[in-house]
Amino acid sequence: MRACTIVDVTGLSYRTLNALLRHLVQKGVREVILKNVLGHRFIGAGLKAEGITIHVEGTPGNDLGAFMDGPTLLVYGNAQDCVANTMDAGEIVIYGDAGDLLGYSMRGGRVFVMGDVGYRVGIHMKAWGSQMPVIVIGGKAYDFLGEYMAGGTIIILGLKGETLRGSFIGTGMHGGTIYIRGEVDKRALAKEVEVMPLKDEDVSLLKKHIYDFCQYFSFDFQKIMKSEFTKLKPKDIRPYARLYSY
Amino acid sequence: MVRRRRRPEFYVIRDYKRCNECRACERLCAYAVHVYDKKTRRLEAEELKCVGCHFCEEHCPQGAIRIERALSTFSEGRWSTYDLFNIYKQAETGRVLLTSTGSNRPYRDYFSHMVLNAAQVTNPSIDPLREPVEIKTFIGKRPTRLLYEREGQTFRLRVSLGPLLEIESPIMFAAMSYGALSLNACKALAMAACEFGTCWNTGEGGLHEELRPYAHRAIVQVASGRFGVNREYLEAGCAIEIKIGQGAKPGIGGHLPGEKVTEEIAATRMIPPSTDALSPAPHHDIYSIEDLKQLIYALKEATDYSKPVGVKIAAVHNVAAIASGIVRAGADFLVIDGLHGGTGAAPTMIRDNMGIPVEIAIAVVDQRLRDEGIREEVSLIASGGFRNSGDVVKAIALGADAVYIGTAALLALGCHLCRSCHLGKCNWGIATQDPQLSKRLNPEEGAQRAYNLLQAWSLEIKEMLGAMGINAIESLKGNREQLRAVGLNEKELKLLGIKHAGEPW
Amino acid sequence: MVGGVKGFDERRFRISSGCGVVGVIDREGRPFSGELVVSSLCVLSERGNGLGSGFAGYGIYPDLKDCFCFHVMYYGTEVKELLEGYLREHFEMVFFEPIPTKEVKGLGPLPLLWRYFLKCKEDQGSEEEEILRHVMFINRRFRKACVFSSGKNMGVFKGVGEPEAIAEFYRIPDYQGYIWIGHTRFPTNTPGWWGGAHPFNVLDLAVVHNGELSSYGTNRRYLESWGYQCTLLTDTEVIAYLFDLLYRKHKLDLDLVVKVLSPPFWFQIQEAENGEKELLRSLRIIYGGALLNGPFSVIVASSNWIVGLNDRMKLRPLVAAKSGDFLYLASEEAAIRAICPTPEEVWRPGAFEPVIGRVKDGQT
Repeated sequence: MRACTIVDVTGLSYRTLNALLRHLVQKGVREVILKNVLGHRFIGAGLKAEGITIHVEGTPGNDLGAFMDGPTLLVYGNAQDCVANTMDAGEIVIYGDAGDLLGYSMRGGRVFVMGDVGYRVGIHMKAWGSQMPVIVIGGKAYDFLGEYMAGGTIIILGLKGETLRGSFIGTGMHGGTIYIRGEVDKRALAKEVEVMPLKDEDVSLLKKHIYDFCQYFSFDFQKIMKSEFTKLKPKDIRPYARLYSY
Repeated sequence: MVRRRRRPEFYVIRDYKRCNECRACERLCAYAVHVYDKKTRRLEAEELKCVGCHFCEEHCPQGAIRIERALSTFSEGRWSTYDLFNIYKQAETGRVLLTSTGSNRPYRDYFSHMVLNAAQVTNPSIDPLREPVEIKTFIGKRPTRLLYEREGQTFRLRVSLGPLLEIESPIMFAAMSYGALSLNACKALAMAACEFGTCWNTGEGGLHEELRPYAHRAIVQVASGRFGVNREYLEAGCAIEIKIGQGAKPGIGGHLPGEKVTEEIAATRMIPPSTDALSPAPHHDIYSIEDLKQLIYALKEATDYSKPVGVKIAAVHNVAAIASGIVRAGADFLVIDGLHGGTGAAPTMIRDNMGIPVEIAIAVVDQRLRDEGIREEVSLIASGGFRNSGDVVKAIALGADAVYIGTAALLALGCHLCRSCHLGKCNWGIATQDPQLSKRLNPEEGAQRAYNLLQAWSLEIKEMLGAMGINAIESLKGNREQLRAVGLNEKELKLLGIKHAGEPW
Repeated sequence: MVGGVKGFDERRFRISSGCGVVGVIDREGRPFSGELVVSSLCVLSERGNGLGSGFAGYGIYPDLKDCFCFHVMYYGTEVKELLEGYLREHFEMVFFEPIPTKEVKGLGPLPLLWRYFLKCKEDQGSEEEEILRHVMFINRRFRKACVFSSGKNMGVFKGVGEPEAIAEFYRIPDYQGYIWIGHTRFPTNTPGWWGGAHPFNVLDLAVVHNGELSSYGTNRRYLESWGYQCTLLTDTEVIAYLFDLLYRKHKLDLDLVVKVLSPPFWFQIQEAENGEKELLRSLRIIYGGALLNGPFSVIVASSNWIVGLNDRMKLRPLVAAKSGDFLYLASEEAAIRAICPTPEEVWRPGAFEPVIGRVKDGQT
């Protein structure tokens, strides 16, 4: 059977669209192209599958890939809010910008955004064992990046000039790592965060994910890797230990 | 009449198995409660002298002492022990009963009948640990609209914000004079205020030399006795407070018993040593509201309009109208001191029977000033028995800009609320002028403790604001919607301007 | 009983709502059909729950553009007579008629909907103050009537229903305007009363709002001390009044108004340059009671401009886009793409990055 299915989702409710997706995946379809997506929410939500690629043409609605476990989503345009909400595994690639709350409580998988993201990206990301979520942003991010982060990796490349526009970066961070290309204005950083020197493992990690990132968007990998990166880590795994009296 | 043996207020229970007769308690107690009996070769206690300050109990190296309040089998109901003992004292002395600290009479505690909202679902709470919650507060007069000229991005403001106090959190230390308190206690509070970024208040004590380094954060008081008031004093402080009244003793003036007027006190206040410093009830140059306006402007002129000049009054029945008059008389801030305000010394009957609770006072003053369109011009400070940050948040929601704490600050320094300040023998070194006793209070340590209190309350205020979904304290001020009452009657709800729990927005 | 639920007068309670908002302006001032904003809003219907939508259009009454146009909803016929008497007494009634509507299945119970084109009688000082005073009085006093629009050459159309239904009912596509805003509502109660939907109007200001104000209690009492009567108990009303106070009465420029409502944090003000620092500090100290706290994204329109504004922590979504002379604002990008598939520029305004679009050669 043909492995790629094209669906024009004009006029479909998100329920119908997602039910269709689940049905197709169950039937063994390996590639789906969704055309004329316009604000459809929850695309790929809870979808558990390996080796599936879903192409999204248009503007997907909120919660793209929420609770997703495995598929690859390619978005040809901007995404909205809550991308990769509590995502477990899989890969989301956005050929554009994304909104707020990307990767909230993400537990695995990768999200690559060509352009900018908004506020509260990577809140409470978690990692355990081999589960290691990764977010790579080609443009800039706003306030509260990595808030309450418990694990995982966020990489901000700032390829258009700006990496961070905002404050409270890493507020409440107690695990995980944030890498920013170039220098960072310390005033943007929350008090739970400190700048650490890069080690070899960091460079390998950066190379690995940035290479894949550049493959998707045809960016110049060598040029990007010539830059210096700032590594942000939490100062403490228990940042509020001395706040409460028992 | 047979001389009866009176029942003491406190029992001193000594565990003789633990006591090793080191006699520390005997040396330490300023009230001379503990006495070493050479015949029995052990320590005995003259319990009638004990005021229940717990100093001995907390300092006995053997932990051998227990101070317990004597159970009263005397009387319950309408005639309480308080009434009986008061009468006995008066029958003995024929004098006016004197007491200290705030009233403890069973008037309704309005703060404990108000609960706060929390934001949920339709509105998020803000996470104060990780996100910004601003509690910076400004005290003083301000215009109610901005007038300006502009050229592109250059602005020329055509109004001036009056001189303002900028405090890091809406809590300041209340007026407690050097005289009522020891110099070390004053120093501790002054240091803590400066370090934290808020203000302290000289009270009627004048400004002692050793407190000068902290004067830039001092609100200097001008009371009816004008103790220690000269141009230098006015210049030194960051604001001036005309004390018309205080919550603990509305209608009468400050009271420093002669026992506490040492040479040093006398020098600071410029009065003869050992005399009672009894401030007159009114300022004798203020017999009507226009006189107050005159004094306010006299002070402003004398300081070239460089600092806020405010007025402190006791909360009484007509407080809303009085407040309105005071604002129109030119005050930059207004302090309302409620029924539960503390004091170093006051006649018991006045402390316990005069004035109204601060919760209601703030609510009616705030509403009245808004009705007259003058609320935004001035700052309103609530005072009188604030026990925790919850009380503070509720007061601001009722309409206050900030709050004074007195008793709470002293508790931070070690006070045990034994209510004997007027005796001048405070074992904790706080409310005494005895140099041996006041040495017990280490100003640096005290300052750290007072600072800790400010810090802890401020963090709690941020937590509560965040929980209500508010990230700037301006949005709590007068926000009665964030309050609900539990168990108050219709009239009380109306006066406070709040709804009952269960009533929606 | 007013509206849907027996014994329930929605105006006694402040109902929170989740919502979707849109706004479009042609900065050349060329009118376009309301159909555009309807198409955009329908994409956001997931954000509402069918219990309230509305629109506001500017430039829709070009032939009577010097008259104040009152849109009134009546729940009863006696009150209509009373109110018309009142209007005739206080104004010159140039023209009046029922608001043209179309029958739409599922909408109801319907109020009576009329529009009155009025002029102020003699020169009684400020026309705007007169109109505002009367509208506040009417909305307070006439419980079964509500003036829900009162500006010149503009109008608000709103009710309890889905965006498509309300748009069809009011025949929105028949109107031509150079600024349109729209709203779909998700109230946390069962309103029957059509006046509770957005947009909310004051003179020629129309406001649509997504969010809830935790500062409502403070803002309301602040406004009351300036003489505004909050009759509708909605957050949006407070936002509209604040704009009226700051922009019209206090004559603050728009870019200062937004700095009052959504001011930078103190630590940011500290780092501003001297002149700006003093300005920001003064604004915050003077206008603390006007600070809007809580999550919101708000679109405010007036005869000459449109503003999109976020709260200080950017808790609600807002997307902006430009294409030629058109400026678009919406809660979600999809709503913009529905009516402008390939804009020149798309961006997500941040917390202190309000979007202001003015009509060229307008009076601002």
